[in-house]
Amino acid sequence: MELTNEQQQILNGEKGETMAKVMQTLVLYGQTFGATKMVPVTGEMGHLVTSFGLGVMKPVYELMDKLIADGAVSGQKFTVDPRPLDKNVPSDILKNLVFRKFMYSAQEPYDAQLEKLGLVDKTGYTCTCYLDQVGNKPKQGDVLSWAESSAVVYANSVLGARCNRNSGIIELFGSIVGYVPYFGLLTDEGRKATWVVEIKTSTVPEAQVLGSAIGMKVMEDVPYIKGLTNYIGTELDEKTCAYLKDFGAATASNGAVGLYHVEGLTPEAKEQGEDLIVKDPRTYVIDDKELARVKASYPVMWKNPDAAPKLCFVGCPHLSLEQLKDWTEQVSRGLKARGLAKVTVPTVFTAAPGVIEAFRQLPQAQTLKDTGVVLSYICPLMYMNNPLAGKMPVITNSNKLRTYTTARYYPSAEILDIITGGGRK
Amino acid sequence: MNVFQGRPVIPGTAEATALVSHGGFNTLASYQKSLMFGDKTAKCGDQNNPDLYQKPMAGTALCLPQTIGSTTGGMVLYCAHAMERSPACLLFAGHIDSLAAAGAVLSHVWTNRPLPTVDCLGEEFLNTVKTGDRIRVYEDGKVEIVSRP
Repeated sequence: MELTNEQQQILNGEKGETMAKVMQTLVLYGQTFGATKMVPVTGEMGHLVTSFGLGVMKPVYELMDKLIADGAVSGQKFTVDPRPLDKNVPSDILKNLVFRKFMYSAQEPYDAQLEKLGLVDKTGYTCTCYLDQVGNKPKQGDVLSWAESSAVVYANSVLGARCNRNSGIIELFGSIVGYVPYFGLLTDEGRKATWVVEIKTSTVPEAQVLGSAIGMKVMEDVPYIKGLTNYIGTELDEKTCAYLKDFGAATASNGAVGLYHVEGLTPEAKEQGEDLIVKDPRTYVIDDKELARVKASYPVMWKNPDAAPKLCFVGCPHLSLEQLKDWTEQVSRGLKARGLAKVTVPTVFTAAPGVIEAFRQLPQAQTLKDTGVVLSYICPLMYMNNPLAGKMPVITNSNKLRTYTTARYYPSAEILDIITGGGRK
Repeated sequence: MNVFQGRPVIPGTAEATALVSHGGFNTLASYQKSLMFGDKTAKCGDQNNPDLYQKPMAGTALCLPQTIGSTTGGMVLYCAHAMERSPACLLFAGHIDSLAAAGAVLSHVWTNRPLPTVDCLGEEFLNTVKTGDRIRVYEDGKVEIVSRP
């Protein structure tokens, strides 16, 4: 790999041994993918995936201590994925003991490490860092050093920024040295679509199932999606962006998609059209039957498939402000229609601290509180990733949460029906 | 054919018993439980992976198409390696993915023990190798199935 004088000096140890090892890691990582150079990180802020202080991950915390002690901290501020704990989320004594004493016993010291490394502030914990209320929103063409699959796919696809699907620690290293290896989704060639996906459904496809179907089919490839604007329009307004947020998260978690193009909608597809498609792409046609097939393929991980749901999570990835308002309206209306005051399944809506703050200024905040729904900044995935929560019958409209945990997926309309007293079909 | 030539991502030698995953290896789901509860054999906790679920992973020759799942993957692999619970080597049929590459490189640079990693071994490798086979990995990326139980 050809390095600039400055990059070579860092690698040679002129900024210390630790900085040299950080650079060595990035160079070796890039060489694995044939990168010929390192390019500057031009995005204003970073985003890290690791927000949880799992007590057992000592080697990670020791590495962070070494970075801090040797002054190898991030040159840019960063946001980070949501926290794993929130006392407002329904729990019990045993779970709290497991969460705080065994699993996330390193949370406080790790939070302190993040602050020293460059965390923007205490409100910077969310997977939807790109929302206006959070403020880590890259511009088209910005080169990023991010991780968190749902944020990376959103930044690449909806915002037109350039970022690879980096791992935890690698993304921090890019923010520390200010350079990332040039390969994959950073290059024009790597952003070309090798799949054409044609949407031919009778109604607007459920974002989370459509994303799941495409992710499972194309895995880490780039799809060019035709026909979706017939259902979701050609403007990147708040509603459409929220749809793409949930859709993208499913493509990235059910597969490994880091970038998709939607014909007539996403920035590069609008500018370049079918020039983005490679010669002789593979094709995938999605109709109602195909979506039904994909949805029916999800395994039910509950011990008792007929159990009554004990908890419901909505907001993985975190909800946007518009989604929060919309869900509040729908839950309130659904309960009124059945003559109920409170949701019939303990339910948690999750959103970024900044979005929650903005929502609390609105009259809908009281409406939501009255329904009994808990509003939290927690990461549902981190909550579910423990043996006790894993045994609970939890429902969700998130395909990402379904993929990584024992939570059971239902489309949003069915979730709404279940939590407002309609029961499970 | 019992010898396969791949690309040494992290060169090194190893001899270990094969553990074969035909589906994507979800690093976080596989390792979370064993890291959390002090299981030094690192039994795979990914219930979505029928090839590996509940099988010990530490010290094996892990043969796989690619890793999938959370972008914490590379960090988890590094952590497992630093805690001496990683496989003895990683053997990929296709090109290594960015998360596994991160784990292999982090282990190489930040621990004193490299994690020999070979990719581009070809589809035939995964079609041939079976869990329980004895595997030898050479510095130049050559992988040999030396015996079968």
